[in-house]
This record gives sequence, C-alpha cells and structure tokens, in this order.
Amino acid sequence: MAGLEDLYREIILDHYRNPRNRGELEVPPAVQAVGFNPLCGDEVIVYVEVSDGVITEVSTGGQGCSISQSSASMMSTAVKGRTVAEVRRLVQAFKRMMSIHGSGIGGTGDELDDEPGSGNGAGDVKLGDLEALQGVVKFPVRIKCATLSWNTLVQALDETLG
Amino acid sequence: MSGEGSELGAGTRADFPLLGREVRGRPIIYLDSAASSQKPRCVLDAMNSYYETINANVHRGAYEIAAQATEAMEAARTAVARFVNAPSADEIVFTKNVTEAINLVARSWGGANLGPGDAVVITEMEHHANIVPWHIMAAEKGFELRWIGVSADGQLDLSNLDRLLDGAKLLGVTAMSNVLGTLNPVRRLADAAHDAGALVLVDAAQYVPHLPTDVQALGADFLGFTGHKMCGPTGIGVLWARAELLEAMPPFLGGGEMILDVRKDGFLPNHIPHKFEAGTPPIAEIVGLGEAVRYLDGLGMDRVREHEVSLTAYALRTLQDRYGPELAVHGPSEPACRGGVLSMSFRDIHPHDLSQVLDDRGVCVRAGHHCAKPLMRHLGVPATTRASLYVYNDTADVDALADALGAAGEFFG
Repeated sequence: MAGLEDLYREIILDHYRNPRNRGELEVPPAVQAVGFNPLCGDEVIVYVEVSDGVITEVSTGGQGCSISQSSASMMSTAVKGRTVAEVRRLVQAFKRMMSIHGSGIGGTGDELDDEPGSGNGAGDVKLGDLEALQGVVKFPVRIKCATLSWNTLVQALDETLG
Repeated sequence: MSGEGSELGAGTRADFPLLGREVRGRPIIYLDSAASSQKPRCVLDAMNSYYETINANVHRGAYEIAAQATEAMEAARTAVARFVNAPSADEIVFTKNVTEAINLVARSWGGANLGPGDAVVITEMEHHANIVPWHIMAAEKGFELRWIGVSADGQLDLSNLDRLLDGAKLLGVTAMSNVLGTLNPVRRLADAAHDAGALVLVDAAQYVPHLPTDVQALGADFLGFTGHKMCGPTGIGVLWARAELLEAMPPFLGGGEMILDVRKDGFLPNHIPHKFEAGTPPIAEIVGLGEAVRYLDGLGMDRVREHEVSLTAYALRTLQDRYGPELAVHGPSEPACRGGVLSMSFRDIHPHDLSQVLDDRGVCVRAGHHCAKPLMRHLGVPATTRASLYVYNDTADVDALADALGAAGEFFG
C-alpha cells in the first residue's frame, strides 16, 4: 500500500518550499504559456526563452499544490541550458515515467507496487532528481498535478516555433 | 431498516452498507455528501427488486410487468412531487441531474424567450451548472448576463438588486451554496424578481436533500435537484416547473415518448411532463429516487435539518477551539444561516495536499474549486478543502476530521 512518504519525498517538499526559477520573464523575447488543471483549479505559467535552439532562460509562476509546484521547479532546473530537442526527449521520458501502470482506471492497485519506470525505456535520457516524482504514479489522481508544468512547457516550446 | 424514532447520525449509519467498510484499515469517515451522498439499503433493494421482478420498458406495454414498471415509475413521480410540495405530479420532469434541468430551461424557455436587450441575473456563488448554460445561450441569443455579488460574510450582496433586476427576464439563484453553505433568501429574491417581471430559477441541488422543501412557499418558477445527493442513485434529477410554463415551452430533446403524433411534415408534442422526457427513461434510477424520498420522509426532513444545524455548530466550534485563526471556514458563521458544508483553508497547506493526508486516515473530503470558479476568485483562493455533513454523520466524524487536520499540520510542519 502506498504511503504518504512515497508521495511527499523530501526533495519534493524542498522544491515546494524553495522553488527554483520562480517569477516572470519579459515577453518577448520569452514566450509564455498557461496551463490549467481543471480538476482542482491549479494554474502553472511557464516562460521560456530560446536562442539558437537552446533554452537559455526558464521561469514558472502560478499556484497549486506541492506536487504541481515542485514539479514545475524541478522541471525548470532540468531544462535550463539544454537544447529544445534534448528537452523534448526529456519530456517524453518524464511523461513515460508518470504513465507506466498509471492510467488510474480499472487498476487493482497491486500493479502499482511494481517499480515504476526509471527512465529505462527512454534511451539515454537521465531523469536524475526527477525520479523523486515517480511515487506520484501510486496516487493516480495526482499524476495530472505532476505533469501540468511539463505539458505547459511543451505548449510554450510549440509557440516559440510558431 | 431505519426509521422513525431512531437517532440521526450513528443511529442511521447502519442503513448505509458502504459506511461499514474500512479504508486503509480504518473505518471510513465519509464527509463528502455535498458531492454525492451514500445510499441506504432500501434504495439499493428497490432498484434491484425493479430489475429482478418488473423490468420492462414503461408506457404502452400491454403485459403485466410493463404496466407494473410504469406504475412504479409514476408512483415515484408522485412521491417526489409530494416531497417538494409540487401542486401536481405533472410538474415533475425527470432529467439526468440538475445540470440537465438547468440546460433544459436555458435551451427551451431561454431559446424561446430571450434575445438582445434582455437580461438574465445570476449570482457569484452559483455552481458552474447555473453559469455555463447562460453563457452559452447569451452568446447565441445576445442577451446580457448580470451578476449579484457576494459580501464579505458569504451572503449575497443585495444592495443593488433593483437595478440588476431592471429589465431582467430571469433570476437564477442557488438555494444553498455548495461552497459556502449559505442559505439564500429565495423567497425575498423571488418576490423582487416577480415585481420586476422576471421568472425565478432555483438551483436546489444542495437544498432539497437537507431541508424541508416547498416549491410554492419558495416562490420559485423553476427548481432543479438531483437524486444522488439525497440518498438516491446517480443519473436521475428533477426539474420542477409551474405547469403553465412547461405547457408553453417548446420541447428540449426530441424522440420517442415525447410525442402524441409524428407525421412526415411534423410532430405533435406529448402532454407534460412527458413532452420533456424523450427516450426510454432511467426507470430503475427513478424507482430508486422514489425510495430515497420515502426514506428521507421516514427520517423527517425537519429532524434532518435539526441534526445538521446542531452538527454544523459542533464542527464550527470544534475547529475554532482546536485551530483558531490557523483554520478559516468560509461562509456564514451562524449555523442557522447555513448548511453543513464546511469549506476550509488551513494554514497555507494546499487543499490537494491537505485532502491527501486526510485520505491517509480514511477521511473523505473534497479538494478543489467545487465547480464554482467565479466564487473562488472572489474568495481569493485557488481551491478549498470541503467537508460536508449528512444524516449519517455525527460528532465522532467531526472529531476524526479535526484529528486528521492536526496530522496534516504536523506533516507539512
């Protein structure tokens, strides 16, 4: 049975209490995207600045629970300074980690006790600290909290192309 | 079986099979009845018995069980009409839920009666179900949507009511807020609306399950409520409306059951209420709702209200004693002015995180915007943690909630 300590790992609470890269960036040159979690009203705002295919600046704002806000903070540190192509692979690896066994519908819960993916299906992508969020998969209702900032990042990146 | 004479709270709990289960090795503490109530055994039995003994499509069947199914469905309609003191069972239209009831009014009555230059007045404490249908129709028909605001104590701000109602054709108001618990002055609002020439639609989703309801005394023209919040099944709701309004309104959904005649060049709609009940109805759910109102009648709605006022008072006092200013309960502070809906903000712990820790201790509450985003913006919070009380809750449930809040406070330090 999943306990609270599976969900609220120390590193998550640390990012929640001390969020990194928090704030706004000037638009333009940055682009901004807003993501909503319609279930609970959480909002995440992601600003990214891309130059020569590299994410040079990233910043997040908004309001939400410890999972959505810490995930946004960890996302910002994971993507800053990397190329858009690398980041898109990272997003895929992260979302794969968050979805293994994790449809949340029809499951007995037993299979959630299996070790969720550690990024091994994602080629050479290393998730590092982000693996702290894999416990969220055991709480299917909260998966959307963890993926909100990542989906919003993708919206922002798509806009930089547009 | 329950029944008359038994104490509400612990005394009615045995009527509800689900409340006997455990969550993570602890007895379940169910405090989310404003979202959906639990169902007593008699309702489950009535639905099963329908399927096991008289299952057949209603109306028109000449054979015995079809007649019995029709009779069971219409007996439920009569029981529901009596429960809200409707003058006639013909004024009870079965819908899927309150959402469909309000959409029916917006589409049918609104489609025929609203246009540019008209106004519909709603309040800032409405559920999205009484907001979005009007947004949709306003975009289509070009009428104005006006808002009654909410004051600091969680009551409607009626200071400019006359101006808001000037030229309005409909006032839509919740009888009891699903977030604040506020009991709104429906009669006073209805009188003011009628004086201004407007009709009144009441969202009674949170009212009918908890207080004795008299649609005539409330002065409503339309009133919607839903089965699953009042010990009945999901998938069945009610629109009550004055017969003359229903007679004049065009059909909502078209299909079987709702016609008297169909020709290649048109159709003749059925009499009310069938005019608004296209297709095979949810017969078992209607039977279940009929049994639910008989169950609540057996408890006595006066006693239900009394029980909830006293339990709400206990909860407000307990939370205040234990947590003082660290815990805010939104809405009116006087139990007699509110229902047993406690929307809380606790320190700066996000409601999602708070409800997660409560769940770990078997305490079921709801976290989120409760389908009332305009009200959340007014309160200046993204979400709240809502505990709500019903006939099977007692002071031990409130104590368990208070203990679990303490555990959450420790967890998030």
